[in-house]
Amino acid sequence: MIKSLKVLNHNLANADNQLAVLQNELNGQPFFSNKIATFGYTGLQATGIEVFQVNVGKMCNQVCKHCHVDAGPDRKEMMTLETMQLCLVAIQNPTIKTVDLTGGAPELNPNFRWFVQEIKKLGKHVIVRCNLTIILANKKFNDLPEFFKLYEVEVVSSLPSFTPDRTNSQRGDGVFEDSITALKMLNAVGYGVQNSGLILNLVYNPAGAFLPPSQSALQAEYKTELFKNYGISFNNLFSITNMPISRYLDYLLVSGNYLKYMDKLIAAFNPSAIDNVMCRNTISISWDGFLYDCDFNQMLDLKVNPTASQHLSEFNIQLLNTRNIVLKQHCYGCTAGAGSSCGGAVAG
Amino acid sequence: MANHYYNSEDLGKFGNIGEYQKPLADKFFDYYGEVFKTSALTEKEKSLIALAVAHALQCPYCIDAYSADAYEKGYSKQQMMEAVHVAAAIKGGAVLVHGVQMMNKVNEIAM
Ligand code: SF4
Ligand code: SF4
Repeated sequence: MIKSLKVLNHNLANADNQLAVLQNELNGQPFFSNKIATFGYTGLQATGIEVFQVNVGKMCNQVCKHCHVDAGPDRKEMMTLETMQLCLVAIQNPTIKTVDLTGGAPELNPNFRWFVQEIKKLGKHVIVRCNLTIILANKKFNDLPEFFKLYEVEVVSSLPSFTPDRTNSQRGDGVFEDSITALKMLNAVGYGVQNSGLILNLVYNPAGAFLPPSQSALQAEYKTELFKNYGISFNNLFSITNMPISRYLDYLLVSGNYLKYMDKLIAAFNPSAIDNVMCRNTISISWDGFLYDCDFNQMLDLKVNPTASQHLSEFNIQLLNTRNIVLKQHCYGCTAGAGSSCGGAVAG
Repeated sequence: MANHYYNSEDLGKFGNIGEYQKPLADKFFDYYGEVFKTSALTEKEKSLIALAVAHALQCPYCIDAYSADAYEKGYSKQQMMEAVHVAAAIKGGAVLVHGVQMMNKVNEIAM
């Protein structure tokens, strides 16, 4: 199995080294902040916190080649119960409507189920970014579909293609076949089934050095093909742009695609996506309780602006609500084409 | 840098043809953009047709552009190669079917 960059002691396991690659104004690439300034934006401010995204740990049963978390079975970082309790205090803020659980495979955190139950007690909507194969990884996870159903969790799962080749080339051998089995299990309890109220959304991201095609065309194709070939149904497809971070950055550099990819992101810059980038209404929490503008900034170790609170232990929603967002070159990934966020395209 | 008749960077300069004759370039690019929009055929289907035609024409710029475009739009490697075979079959067939013309001529003049 592929090892994480961290365990390989790879140069890019260090966030500073990633930032050094990204901040090179090579090839005349303009800085993101300068680019948005030409459209009248002097920086970018948060508009409030509606989504509270928690990375409960970097451990994962998969080792996808594009993973911006550098997750894998060899990652040991895991959110503790104490940090989860700090999350629960912060989540009580009434403006926070949704708690988005991610990882790694969030289900691998030993307190995952307890955490979901406690969040639901606070009346919040819960999203779990489930990689599908975790459901089959061990007997003790086989009942996850029932668990999700019981707590009306919204399930968001990656499936980079409705064919095996691309899925397996990005996510590992056999991932497609296991994902199909897991999707059938989710369908069987009502997920993605019309009028069930149980939401199953899929995520497409390109298996290579290119940008996603039109989200609506892709969704229609996924619906037809998955239903025709496997009898699988789902709600929405989100198309997400790969971020030049961590393992995907490594892939771009090793394959000689880095500059061309950055050029593509910049050429596809869409000013109408700026207002809707996800950091504006989101806060991202790391396994050890630090605060970030988004999951991408978290992986680059770019904590929120120091004038806002930077750790759960000092969580101050007033300061965070209007914080200035930390922007770097990877932000071009959020504004390319129709834009990209954890909820897919952000502009028409 | 080596000097070639074909340079991959030139593909990105396609739009520059308007510098010498803007009205005609504008008309061409408008038309081109319109042709590739989803209508009776989808953008995706049109991309695969473009890939096959690019191979038949052996235009390196078009092959570059539509190999990327067709793959990005989700065609598999096998589907793309089959499209190239369609181009090859039509091109080969176009040569061979002229063999009938050759036969006609030979039959006309042979004893
Ligand atoms: S992309 Fe998701 S499933 Fe793949 S290794 Fe990263 S966290 Fe795990
Ligand atoms: S990468 Fe993060 S900080 Fe940058 S625009 Fe996207 S969501 Fe905002």
